Amino acid sequence: MTPVVVVGAGPVGLALAIDLAQRGVPVRVLDDGTPDSTEGSRAICWSRRTLAILHRLGCAEAIAAHGVQWNTGRVFFGDHEVYAFDLTGDASQRWPAFVNLQQYEVERELQRRAAELPLVDLRWRHRVAGVTPGADGVHLDVHTPDGPRSFAAPWVVACDGARSPVRGMLGLEREGQVFRDRFLIADIRMEQPFPAERWFWFDPPFHRHQSALLHKQADNVWRLDFQLGYDADPERERAPDAIAARVRAMLGADVRYTLVWASVYTFACRRMARFRHGRVLFAGDAAHVVSPFGARGANSGIEDADNLGWKLAAVVQGHAPEPLLDSYDVERVRAADENILQSTRSTDFITPKSPVSRVYRDAVLALARHHPFARALVNSGRLSVPAVLDDSPLNTPAPGASFAADAPAPGSVAPDVVLPGGGALHDRLGARFALLLFAADGDAAATAIAARLAPAVERAGTGCDIVVVNDAVVARRYGASPGTCYLVRPDRHICARWPAVDPDAILQALLRAHAAGVHA
Amino acid sequence: MSALITSPHLAAPDAFYAALIDAHRGLDAAGSAALNASLVLLLANHVGDAAVLDEALAAARSAALAAGPAS
Repeated sequence: MTPVVVVGAGPVGLALAIDLAQRGVPVRVLDDGTPDSTEGSRAICWSRRTLAILHRLGCAEAIAAHGVQWNTGRVFFGDHEVYAFDLTGDASQRWPAFVNLQQYEVERELQRRAAELPLVDLRWRHRVAGVTPGADGVHLDVHTPDGPRSFAAPWVVACDGARSPVRGMLGLEREGQVFRDRFLIADIRMEQPFPAERWFWFDPPFHRHQSALLHKQADNVWRLDFQLGYDADPERERAPDAIAARVRAMLGADVRYTLVWASVYTFACRRMARFRHGRVLFAGDAAHVVSPFGARGANSGIEDADNLGWKLAAVVQGHAPEPLLDSYDVERVRAADENILQSTRSTDFITPKSPVSRVYRDAVLALARHHPFARALVNSGRLSVPAVLDDSPLNTPAPGASFAADAPAPGSVAPDVVLPGGGALHDRLGARFALLLFAADGDAAATAIAARLAPAVERAGTGCDIVVVNDAVVARRYGASPGTCYLVRPDRHICARWPAVDPDAILQALLRAHAAGVHA
Repeated sequence: MSALITSPHLAAPDAFYAALIDAHRGLDAAGSAALNASLVLLLANHVGDAAVLDEALAAARSAALAAGPAS
């Protein structure tokens, strides 16, 4: 029996399926559509963290090469620029802050990768019509081109989008806030010399009293986003001549373009109370939704898949007990709350909900022209940053351990570092846990310690590779000296660190990170 | 211990009050609201300290609630 069924072959479901297959877990993916049935560009901004995850899944190079790389955003009020931000980060970054690429192109690349993996059984035109959870597995009734079929699986992961039929069939709800505003997305193809930057306007001359956004995608497609107000008529706004009027107002009467996709949308910030319901788990938009301002939707879904993949594989393969999956719920609920908080704040700024809120918003924008402090208050979307799992039950706290304040702490993603001689730190990390053991160059003692540790950590859970690190640039980034150890999970989050080698503590931390205090 | 100074701290209270009212000269209600908002933001940034600002927000809110209509 296939141990895992993933419902939904969007970016999240495909990323999860690829991850599971790479870990040796057979996975069946059911999708009610066809390979090219994603309508419109939809998600377009893929974060540095997502690119790192997709790199591990064998998809990042093609996406980065095809997409538009960008690091800079500009915010305008009226016809003045009031604020610019640069997300480049430190020089040792391997990936740009963001790559813009239409969602269907990302899906196409994930489909290509999935097709290379014999353990992925991807079935199109398979619509889940019934879900019956049991103690040891889940029964699915599925409509297929060949008629009704039933599938049973020990584990089901619902990655079936914001309207999640699986969630509906289980009678589960999401809680949160719906915003009373409407926005128009118009994706247009045109030749323009504008730079690959995110441009956001409050109250521009071409679209008074509302906001607007311009952002480049691949193949000369541009995302235009117009705030419309809640009273706008979606049918009328979607009409090509209504869109043409807005496009010409923004880009000039003589602009030449073709309309690729248009959508009038409203949005909500809400999530399920829990992402694990026994043997059914929820990921991506099925579990949580945010506003699009901040690119926190699809990116957080990819992070969900990254968080769940190694855990589900470890449970299926008997390397960890089932409660490890509860940590998926704890960690990703926390991440969803962070995204919802950020997104709600952005939305409150873009769409003020009360007269006084609008007065303050406009005061911030007016002040921002001349006073730098106010630019920090301008919120056109706080762009997606990696989740920090700093209160995860899988972390081993190290009270009193002395590390520099800017050294990466447990819960954060282990920074990738481009190496002077070529390659990057993450290239040395495998599919399993990794212990980064910092050593002086040519340190024989470190090699001896590694050899002594290896048998014990090999037997713990999924096992752990010992990676001896003697690159000065990495040691600086990690605030490390010879003997410093970092324990890194398969999803590249740090779960423990020590200033000196402590074999017992390392073993205990490794077990704890499998939710397996006494598991052997 | 309170972080917000609520004991007298202005060297020339009457002069400050006059200047505050004078700053609104010629403004309509919307203009005054905009001025007040800008002033709050400028002063909040000057203060910077989150504990002081939280106390000031709480004190201002309870004053507003106490002064508001009984309904």
